[in-house]
Amino acid sequence: MTPLIETRNLNVRFGGVHATRDVNFTLAEAELRCVIGPNGAGKSTFFKLLTGQVKPTSGQILFRGKDISNMQPHEPGRLGIGIKTQVPSLFNGLSVWENVWLSARRINSTTQANRITGETLERVGMEAHRKTLAGLLSHGMRQWVEIGVVIAADPPLILLDEPAAGMSDAEVDRTAELILEINRQHALVVVEHDMNFIRMIAKKVTVLHQGAVIKEDTPDRIMSDPMIQQIYLGKKPH
Amino acid sequence: MNRFAQSWVSAALVLAIGIALMFGLPGVMDEYTLMQGTIYAIMAILGVSLGFIWGFGGILCFGQAAFFGLGSYTYAVAVVNMGDSTVPFMLAIAVPALFASILGYLIFFGRLSDVYMGVITLTVTLILFNLINSTAGPEWKIGNAPLGGFNGIPGIPTLNFPGQVDKALSPGDLFYLTMSCLLVTYLGLRCLISSKIGRVIIAVKENEQRILLLGYDARLYKLFSFTLGGAIAGLAGCLFANWGAFTSPTIFSLAQSAQIIIWVIVGGLGTFVGPVVGCVAIQWLTTQIGTQQTFNSNLVLGAILVVFVLLVPRGVVPSLGLVLEWIWNKLKTKAMAENAACPQPLLPEVKFTAPSQTPSTANAISITKEQAA
Repeated sequence: MTPLIETRNLNVRFGGVHATRDVNFTLAEAELRCVIGPNGAGKSTFFKLLTGQVKPTSGQILFRGKDISNMQPHEPGRLGIGIKTQVPSLFNGLSVWENVWLSARRINSTTQANRITGETLERVGMEAHRKTLAGLLSHGMRQWVEIGVVIAADPPLILLDEPAAGMSDAEVDRTAELILEINRQHALVVVEHDMNFIRMIAKKVTVLHQGAVIKEDTPDRIMSDPMIQQIYLGKKPH
Repeated sequence: MNRFAQSWVSAALVLAIGIALMFGLPGVMDEYTLMQGTIYAIMAILGVSLGFIWGFGGILCFGQAAFFGLGSYTYAVAVVNMGDSTVPFMLAIAVPALFASILGYLIFFGRLSDVYMGVITLTVTLILFNLINSTAGPEWKIGNAPLGGFNGIPGIPTLNFPGQVDKALSPGDLFYLTMSCLLVTYLGLRCLISSKIGRVIIAVKENEQRILLLGYDARLYKLFSFTLGGAIAGLAGCLFANWGAFTSPTIFSLAQSAQIIIWVIVGGLGTFVGPVVGCVAIQWLTTQIGTQQTFNSNLVLGAILVVFVLLVPRGVVPSLGLVLEWIWNKLKTKAMAENAACPQPLLPEVKFTAPSQTPSTANAISITKEQAA
């Protein structure tokens, strides 16, 4: 069966920096995968490659078998790749409703977009703040609104870059529930540092280090792997 | 107030004021003053064109005067050759729009940054200024219309009623036409920004990266707003050529380009009324300064720009809106506090024993009256 997204020997160089090294990554339809790695491992660059914000130096990105390596920046979004960025990226001068509505409206009529926006805001728990300007929201709320913006377009693949960053314990629990609920209909790739959060949501974890994939396994095996502990958690193997 | 500014109530209010001015001013003004009103309205259309692409589209164009001048020259050349002004009027909108679309395509699809946008638009305006300035002499003509170089084109035939070449518009008619164009432009742009296209145009200004990630091609929306801005500026240029029956290369000048930006900064970005207020206020001030010899008008305009950038960066209209909002909130808070402090009216205590049947409203009232007595 054709994977939802596949990268083949993906490389990116920024001058002398080799940010992504021969990354081979495969994700099936409706799969949930967590990607971990220390700072500078190339996780965000990997997401930028998948969403057309950065062009690969070499290698291929295939979305349902179609090569999207050299697409225009807006085309991956049209194909159905949605992303929640590391720092919430919203239209600060527009209301929460308008932020989500713009996402839904691209592929739907006004009536449908209105309905989807209402449903999405309830889903992410932001219905009460529909009229608030996005720029006035707290960090946690901005994260949820951005998740709402992404799911309102109903993309088959959703990329979440540190969705629980800066959240309280209660907010982290709620975000984990939300992600598992979204995963019933969408494939997800989640970049996260919080290992407890990863345990809550992941069945399979990919470890990036210095731009390369070094291991793919279950969360428990990854966390008990001495090499991973050494390079990711900064612990020496016993 | 922000919500009020975006509401249809504010649009209706602005239109009502505009219509009142349109029909009221000719009754109280002499012909000379009315013509002053016409030129204010023409320049207000030009100001609105920049207010739209900059305030809503986030495109700082230093060359709005280029589209204004092109509209003016297109009308002049076409009407001299054609006689009837109907087609020249349309060409005066279409040619600047086409020019803006070509220029915009090169800028937006070439993914040039905002800095280059300013440099290129300003350079194009100055190129046109120098080009038209160099067309003195009888060999420089298009059809029967001599371009006239730095002397410009005098004696431009005024707009006529469609298909009736002999029936030219009077100064009063031109005032009505100009005010109608201003109001239609305002209403059209208000409708546009309320539509999906308008919301995306604003979203591109807010966060271009996010709009791309949502799958919208930001370049197309920028190109659309830039082209529409060019068309509106062209319309203003056409009306300008009619106002004085004359056009010259000075309308492509650096001073003209800078003045439009000052109108928008002073009036306020992000509104359509702001550029109109800024334009009328600055135009009036420039005219007043022109009647005396103490101050140079450019010096005063420069000082006004500096003062506004430093002290009133939002501009007159948005700042006024904030002040009114503050007053409104104060009054609302005061009224709520007074209500809270006001003692509740003392009502006689009515004790009901458990009735076998629910008392009717009439019974309840009679009980209250008896007890009160």
